[in-house]
Amino acid sequence: MTLNKQPSLLKNTILLSVSLMLMLGCSKQKTEITRAGITFCSEGSPATFNPQLDTSSTTADASSHQVYDRLLEFNPENGEIVPGLASSWLVSDDGLTYTFQLRKGVSFHTTSYFAPKRNFNADDVIFSIDRWRVASHPFHDVSGGTYPYFQSLGLRGTIKDVARINGYRVEISLYKPDSSFLANLATDFSVILSAEYAMNLLKEGIPSNLDKYPIGTGPYKFISYRKDQFIRYQRHQDYFLDTNGPEKLVFDITPKSSLRVAKLITGECDAVAFPSQNDLEVIREREDLTLLEKPGLNVGFWAFNTSKPPFDNPKVRRALALAIDKTSLLEAIYLGQATRAKSLVPSASWAHQSNMQDIGYNPITARKLLDEAGIPYNFTMNIWAMPVQRAYNPNAMKMAQLMSSYLADVGVTVNIVSYDWTRFRENLTSGMHDSVLIGWSADNGDPDNFYRPLLTCAAIPSGTNRARWCNPEYDALIENALKTDDSNERRIFYHRANQIIFRETPLVPIAHAFHYQAVNNQIEGMTINPFGGIRFDDVVRKP
Amino acid sequence: MINLLLRYTNLMVLTIAVLVVISFSLAYMFPGDTLTNISGIVPESDEQRAALEVAFKLDRSVFVQFWYFLENLVNGNWGVSFDSQVSLFDEISIAFPATIELTIYALFVSVFVGIPLGFIGGIWHHKPFDFGVVTFSVVSYSFPVFWLALIFITIFCLQLGYLPLSGRVNLLYEIPHSSGFILWDILVADIPNKNDAFLDAIRHLILPTLSIALVTTAIFIRFTRRSIMDEMNKGYIDAAKSRGFTTKQIFFKHGLRNSLLPILPLMAMQISTLITNAMVVETIFSWPGIGNWLIQAIYQRDYPAIRIGMLVVSVFVVTLTITIVFISRAIDPARDKFERAAV
Repeated sequence: MTLNKQPSLLKNTILLSVSLMLMLGCSKQKTEITRAGITFCSEGSPATFNPQLDTSSTTADASSHQVYDRLLEFNPENGEIVPGLASSWLVSDDGLTYTFQLRKGVSFHTTSYFAPKRNFNADDVIFSIDRWRVASHPFHDVSGGTYPYFQSLGLRGTIKDVARINGYRVEISLYKPDSSFLANLATDFSVILSAEYAMNLLKEGIPSNLDKYPIGTGPYKFISYRKDQFIRYQRHQDYFLDTNGPEKLVFDITPKSSLRVAKLITGECDAVAFPSQNDLEVIREREDLTLLEKPGLNVGFWAFNTSKPPFDNPKVRRALALAIDKTSLLEAIYLGQATRAKSLVPSASWAHQSNMQDIGYNPITARKLLDEAGIPYNFTMNIWAMPVQRAYNPNAMKMAQLMSSYLADVGVTVNIVSYDWTRFRENLTSGMHDSVLIGWSADNGDPDNFYRPLLTCAAIPSGTNRARWCNPEYDALIENALKTDDSNERRIFYHRANQIIFRETPLVPIAHAFHYQAVNNQIEGMTINPFGGIRFDDVVRKP
Repeated sequence: MINLLLRYTNLMVLTIAVLVVISFSLAYMFPGDTLTNISGIVPESDEQRAALEVAFKLDRSVFVQFWYFLENLVNGNWGVSFDSQVSLFDEISIAFPATIELTIYALFVSVFVGIPLGFIGGIWHHKPFDFGVVTFSVVSYSFPVFWLALIFITIFCLQLGYLPLSGRVNLLYEIPHSSGFILWDILVADIPNKNDAFLDAIRHLILPTLSIALVTTAIFIRFTRRSIMDEMNKGYIDAAKSRGFTTKQIFFKHGLRNSLLPILPLMAMQISTLITNAMVVETIFSWPGIGNWLIQAIYQRDYPAIRIGMLVVSVFVVTLTITIVFISRAIDPARDKFERAAV
């Protein structure tokens, strides 16, 4: 039969397609373009490209150290404040006047949407600070008009004036001395925007583009962004520092932590944010990957909405705290990669109090306290579990489920609530929750960065005080702690504040977690920046 | 013929009308603010709310609203996504071609693998090769698509490291959007390293295409094999044999053509299955298509996006299916309608 030829034809086809697949298949070979760029798999979409408007570390990662610079910077090794756009500074003897000498010849990005006509100067500094400081500033109300970091620290009430001495010298005067002021200027949020770009946008009638299509002086310029897909950056050729960063930088937005690690294994990502605790072993075992770890300046906690009854009653809050077994939470959620938190500040900070008492696990006392407070059996409350992974809480949803079984033992029924990250935080700020599992990563090494944004009265409207707790005695202690530079004296104030937190239990501190990042071994120069967002200015691909 | 055309047009218009009414009424039935469900904008002040209500005719009767909704649909004015505040028309015109592209390639693979295998199986039926083909088709037909995709990822991406597991092309290649079909976009794009980008895109395509194509290939094999077997057992074939024609002559002159005719519409009907499977597989391979987009919209409770997205997908599938059925009836009116693919 002549039809006999058919199978050999088929065999050839199969052979051909298999060899084609193998040819295309040799994966990890890099082409010219992929060698010139670095792909970072990030955990979420930024809310904006201006970190002044948002305290989320996703936003800070995507903009702060990529697009922008600050007047001052932290040395990531030791937390010292080093020059940034200010080449030097002077503090007056009374601690009320700060004079900054600005760097010359620093250029802003030239992009498809803006071409700068002048270099960075004092006007940009004044514009950037006055935008959040002066309520009548033309840009103050653009993009929502809330500046959570500065509001939570009450910096608007601290700064009296920002004045231009000459083109490259700025003087900032304060109402009262503030020992954390310089540190605040070095945080991720104190970025310097371009005043010239802002004025152009104002003329064109699209001022909110300032925060969507950012222009800065940083090592990378913004190219494009698609929500939940990617952010593209390109190297800023005229960056004022000599850096070796890649020509192209891409943030591949991958919310699922297991998928991020999978992409790291296949080589589609060069580095990933927040690998989940379950995957840490896998990464450690692989020879082509490196796991970076560092004790984080963070705290994960369970905050009660103290503006809502019955959570306004300290007895109820204490009872709920007693009903939870923190030890088992630490094992189940953090898999032992965290230390138990007794107070707000981790042991990495000088203000840590090691002899602090802790609230133990005692369901019987918990029920007794609930009875005393008149809380019936089958009382229903909600726990809001944040939808993103953070070092301080790698899986809030699972934690909420565990906690609900503990709370069921004392007769409290729990509904778990979650939204997408942007909406989650909006609803939290408007106080819709009963309680929330969330946390805080410090932006600078100063303990004030924990105590003030998390629990002072001024931090309620800005939304960082998730407990919505306001205690004048506590506020006074935090204020007084800033009036001195002597850390021993400040420590006493903070320890007294710890006592108040322990007594009133506006929140239950759960864990101080290690901070992890996983990188491909072809990448060099990645470090964990304990003082805020991720940096790529010195990251290179090995030849 | 005109009668037929009228009947199918009628069917299509009515079905789409029902879909549009459902999509419109969902804005009222979804939880939350109707205004937000329609416009995708959360009003920040009472003035803005009043202005939006006037703009979307919410102050008028339901019929006026519906008419306005229709007008906007036709004009491509589909509102904005609640989540990203980007125009839904723009988002869908980026996401939908990605799905269509995947579907087309999977269809190609199925046709070029399924039909030849089916032919060979049909000609040598109940021979060892045929048993192999049948086994292959039963096994691959039984694989759940999403499971197969995960197995592919485990083997080819994670274990062997041959192929990438997510996206359409390495993000370091900046491919300007023109048609939405990635391979075409790369070909027409004015970028350096075009060949690398093209190869990279193909490597991204292999696994999702194969995972979708396998089930459809199995279906095609079985259709073709059955059709060939039926045709070759007919009386006129025996008659031709008795007249002394060779098997080859009979097959290529009569068998092939006659057995192809009934299976073509059956195959075209599989396109909607392919699209559905593509939408499932997209979420596994993070392919930025309409399925992935809709899933994200559901996660984010992005009601405007869910409404419009469902409408677009269902209108597309309905139009395609009805058109195919119409064409198959038109080119082959003699056949009994039970033998033909029917809706």
